[in-house]
Amino acid sequence: MTYVYDGTFSGFLCCVYESYVNREDPLFFRTPEEGELTLLPERQVFTDPAHWTRVYDSLDRRISPTARRLVEDGFLTCMEERERALLELIRLGYEAGPSVTRRLQDERVYRVFRAVRALRNEAEQYRGFVRFSEFDGMLAGEIEPKNRVLSLIAPFFHARLCGETFLLFDRTHREALLHSGGRWRILADVSFQMERADERERQYRQLWTRFYDTVAIAQRENPVCRRTHMPKRFWDQLTELQPENRVTPSSPASGRSPAVPAGRSVPGIPPVPGRTAPGSDPGNSAGG
Amino acid sequence: MDLMEKLTILSAAARYDAACTSSGVKRGPAAGGIGAAADMGCCHSFSADGRCISLLKVLMTNACAYDCRYCVNRRSNDVPRAAFTPRELAELTIGFYRRNYIEGLFLSSAVLRDPDYTVERMVETLRILRYEYHFNGYIHAKAIPGADPALLEIMGRLCDRMSVNIELPSEAGLNLLAPDKSRQAIFGPMGQIRDGITENRDAVARYRHAPRFVPAGQATQMIIGATPETDLQILRLSQGLYDRYRLKRVFYSAYVPVVENTLLPALDTKPPLLREHRLYQADWLLRFYGFRAEELLDEENTQLDIRLDPKCCWALRHPDFFPVDVQTADYRTLLRVPGVGVRSAKRIVSVRRTGFLRFEDLKKLGVVLKRAQYFLLCSGRAAPGLRMGEDTARRALLRLEAPSGCAGEQMSFFAPCER
Repeated sequence: MTYVYDGTFSGFLCCVYESYVNREDPLFFRTPEEGELTLLPERQVFTDPAHWTRVYDSLDRRISPTARRLVEDGFLTCMEERERALLELIRLGYEAGPSVTRRLQDERVYRVFRAVRALRNEAEQYRGFVRFSEFDGMLAGEIEPKNRVLSLIAPFFHARLCGETFLLFDRTHREALLHSGGRWRILADVSFQMERADERERQYRQLWTRFYDTVAIAQRENPVCRRTHMPKRFWDQLTELQPENRVTPSSPASGRSPAVPAGRSVPGIPPVPGRTAPGSDPGNSAGG
Repeated sequence: MDLMEKLTILSAAARYDAACTSSGVKRGPAAGGIGAAADMGCCHSFSADGRCISLLKVLMTNACAYDCRYCVNRRSNDVPRAAFTPRELAELTIGFYRRNYIEGLFLSSAVLRDPDYTVERMVETLRILRYEYHFNGYIHAKAIPGADPALLEIMGRLCDRMSVNIELPSEAGLNLLAPDKSRQAIFGPMGQIRDGITENRDAVARYRHAPRFVPAGQATQMIIGATPETDLQILRLSQGLYDRYRLKRVFYSAYVPVVENTLLPALDTKPPLLREHRLYQADWLLRFYGFRAEELLDEENTQLDIRLDPKCCWALRHPDFFPVDVQTADYRTLLRVPGVGVRSAKRIVSVRRTGFLRFEDLKKLGVVLKRAQYFLLCSGRAAPGLRMGEDTARRALLRLEAPSGCAGEQMSFFAPCER
């Protein structure tokens, strides 16, 4: 049996409802747009608020809030046969009760646990790796995640940029997180094109790229460690790794030099007042 | 001088400071302001050396009145000097923060004129950030040894974390290489910050809106490999700092030779990265695994084994402690098993209530079986096909550490970053 539903989370919960009402065990799930040809009989599942709220409440009541969150997050992952895996988990949960989320020995639980762990890890990575650009006071950024992380990272960006208007576009799933007036929502089926950066924006990108290059210690270079923490799939979204943001240093005080800047004062840099600080007496200040 | 040049000079001068985390304080947004702080911190990027970039790490100025031998910014070194004005640094921080480049600001400084003047300029920067931009993100500030305690008090109310660098693990080393800094000048402010935090905890317990003082605690850093201290001395020092000064973190920084001096290792010396890595591992054992420095090292073994991590070393020296049964051992015992970490130990304790654990289940819980198999029993049995004996275990564990047989030059060190 194949279930055809609208692709939303509430739609999926209605599938769970239907499978119980009709005593069916659907093997495949698809949306009407995914015109897969199967020989199995199909059932059209309509999204009915009465049906999905009933299933949703039962997850909390009959299993546990942890299990409900696992199902909710599981639906956002890119796990293979996602709906089928979640349906099996829910069925097991109804039988086993709250302990189901601890049963990692069980492959049916572990599969979802692993996918959700990957989703949450990716969300954590994107909290750091999102880069915004400013256009007329508004911020915009693009990401390319494997999982649908937007709803997981939204509270984080809401907290730190609460007064800002920003848009974060998910290229993989064509969704966008829109934040304005202190509220956020996620829009589906969006197309988005980044505008060209203005002078001020370019300057910030260049400053950041320079900082990034300068702060590395050449004698400790460790490309494997960098790739482990920041895998290459993120690199084309990171401002500091785009060659066009790298301006050639105008002075020998370049951060690319291996250790100390070449040891000569740069013409045009006036000595900072108090450079040799004749007035300071280290012996005295040590006592304070 | 334009902003680009200043940023280049002042971030290059700050890059040897390892303490760049943004953890330890949780704070929601401020009304009409910008920023928040997440409890577990956040890494925004990783530089070419694999270290986490979380904060905009700069010096207020690199023009220094002191002449510490190991330091690039010392008075007698002929390098370009620069200084940020408080306002331009605050503006730069906000510009970076809005674009999600950083989690906040890490502000240190060379001693410009005298310690008090230096701290005043730093405080002014923090004041602009906190009171003009209403910035609620993370700020880490260095306490400048020798500054007026009243100024440090003000600074502590504006920032989240403060640190005083120990610089060198012993007083002898300090006298030799940093003649302008005394032990007293370092431990004085450290004690002041500790007492301030304790006092503030009382105040916050009594009045909910009491202003917070250094809510993310204090940290310090020491340079490894510039002076001849042993690992035992270093770990004892760290342990003392955690116990007596209640520090949140001690950072270790492998000495990178940047300055030519007869008192220092030669310029072509490689930074002792593997030793630094082992010290961090031992440091983790002190903070999260319930080990004491005396358990890891003693007067006969004063150096950590470079070839094997300290937990494995301890386990091999204590065959009487093992094997441990996963089903019955308590949490603290599980933590002592090589290959079992804090997370996997917690998972074991939770999952074993629902049924017996097999070796293949342990793998799913995040246990590194390659190490743990020599020390664990499942349902009273050792891992299938495992030949036991102290020497087999030692040889197998050594092989895991250096697969190519070399001294581990190619190993990937974890970045001394979050958590």
